[in-house]
Amino acid sequence: MTHKRRELIQYAVFAAFIIAVPLVFQGRQSYYVSMLALAGIYAIVAIGLNLLMGYAGQISLGHAAFFSIGAYTSAILTTRYEWQPLAGLVPAVAVSGCAAFVIGLPTLKLKEHYLAMATLGVGLITYSLIKADPGGITGGVTGIVNIPPLAIGGFTFDSDRSQFYLIWAMAFLIFVLSFNIIDSRIGRALMAIHKSEVSASVLGVNVFSCKLQVFVLSGMYAGLGGFLYAHCSPMYYLNPDDVCHFGLSIKLLTMVVIGGMGSMWGTLLGAVGLSILPEALRVLGSLLPAGVNTSDIEMAVYGLILAVIMIASPRQRLKKLLGLDKPRRVEPPKNVEA
Amino acid sequence: MAHLQVQGLHKTFDAVTAVNDLSFEVQRNEICAIIGPNGAGKTTTFNLLSGVLPADRGKIFFDGNEILGLPPHDIARRGMVRTFQTVSLFDSMTVLDNVKVGCHGKAGAGLFSAALRTPGLRREEKAITKKAMEALKLLGVADRAYDQAGSLPFGQQRLVDIARALASDPEMILLDEPAAGLNAHETTELASLILALKNRGLTVMIIEHDMELIMEIADCIVVLDQGMKIACGPPESIQKDPRVIAAYLGDED
Repeated sequence: MTHKRRELIQYAVFAAFIIAVPLVFQGRQSYYVSMLALAGIYAIVAIGLNLLMGYAGQISLGHAAFFSIGAYTSAILTTRYEWQPLAGLVPAVAVSGCAAFVIGLPTLKLKEHYLAMATLGVGLITYSLIKADPGGITGGVTGIVNIPPLAIGGFTFDSDRSQFYLIWAMAFLIFVLSFNIIDSRIGRALMAIHKSEVSASVLGVNVFSCKLQVFVLSGMYAGLGGFLYAHCSPMYYLNPDDVCHFGLSIKLLTMVVIGGMGSMWGTLLGAVGLSILPEALRVLGSLLPAGVNTSDIEMAVYGLILAVIMIASPRQRLKKLLGLDKPRRVEPPKNVEA
Repeated sequence: MAHLQVQGLHKTFDAVTAVNDLSFEVQRNEICAIIGPNGAGKTTTFNLLSGVLPADRGKIFFDGNEILGLPPHDIARRGMVRTFQTVSLFDSMTVLDNVKVGCHGKAGAGLFSAALRTPGLRREEKAITKKAMEALKLLGVADRAYDQAGSLPFGQQRLVDIARALASDPEMILLDEPAAGLNAHETTELASLILALKNRGLTVMIIEHDMELIMEIADCIVVLDQGMKIACGPPESIQKDPRVIAAYLGDED
């Protein structure tokens, strides 16, 4: 089977899953549809973070900042200035992208844990700014209420099912576009930078420019995720603790790490898996003594996952177990003679 | 005009002078070797030439243009590439993808054309694949194109490393101890490969400890000792130079 053929089949299976979910969970189970819609939003952001972390090897501990900038930009424009929700899309993505550009310019000169610390700082500053609301536009701790749902033509995306399809259509699109990027000159340069910046640069790769581009791109993905969140959240309501908290940055990072860093499908599964986690914990929580808050346990579980993965690197072990650690040989495409 | 002109190049690390007021020239289509005892400043010189390290002072003219102070990727795009003493392939990528990275500077597709797989991008990717396969064929490792780079034996990794540098059609290549770790047979093949590069019109600079190899292929030799040039000329005259024998060749025998 050729590479291209396999890719198409994988996409088809992915699309089939998307179409099937709302048909499977109906009636009283439609709660799961809205939960998985949220997973789609996280998947969009995590795919961008995976390009940055998994492929280019640049850590961001502040990605919630770009998510919240996208969410708040559109929420402010549609509530305060009465823009059409759809019109908020471009500003949301653009402002997040610009923010990533301005933040990336000084921070991407830093390496490894210095970069992690700097992005952590950016995330905390954004959170404080949104919460303190010095300009009187973000609504501070109370947030923004009554954000209008998205509408295209005469159709309003206000049901779980329609929002699910909208979000996952976007996630699918982002997934395919990102796969294309990985499989190109830019993608190869990112992976080269991950291994050795010096080697990449003497081969003609403008390392800083590549890092900045992927940082801005991941910021734009996060902005898109934020935009969708603002207009699809169950209560049409934004507040800083939901969209800009450090915990969200860690959650996104955990999705990428759990997916194996540098695996597109892994990130997708990581995003879905961690979005289901609160529900799983809620079920478990009923077994715990009264007074134990499951959302506290949630953070602990992320921490545990990160710690275990860093210590045990189960991906490597799993590969060994399955015999996948052997040197890989990719099928050569038909049209190139070797 | 010389292909490469180095004038008064100087580099210190704290109290140590690694390269001391170094001047030399390399003519177009010549094989120029840099030799000297360990710590003579050979690799530092390559690092300064390729822009990996900043120099304290001096001038470097490549093709008549000053290149000192330019970032490494810019120097590579102008046609001067290099390899390192320790081979560092992108080991989780395939051999072919490694070499394709070498074509990066010659291609121009950006994020958006890549994301949308525009016809222009497809054409460019095809050309890159062709170019990379040619480089692999030249080095005789095309049969490993679709293997993971890290899985290759050391000798072949070295060849892929050189192929990667050659993929951009450079005018000049700097090879830092390419024979290190190779067996006698592989070293002979390397010698004929370097001569083949010369025949293709490239200018080659090479750092090497294997004197036999150097004497066989080099057109000119620059001898360094403690960062300073102590001799410079064709192999025959270098072999007889008393300063060289004292500083370097004498130690070996």
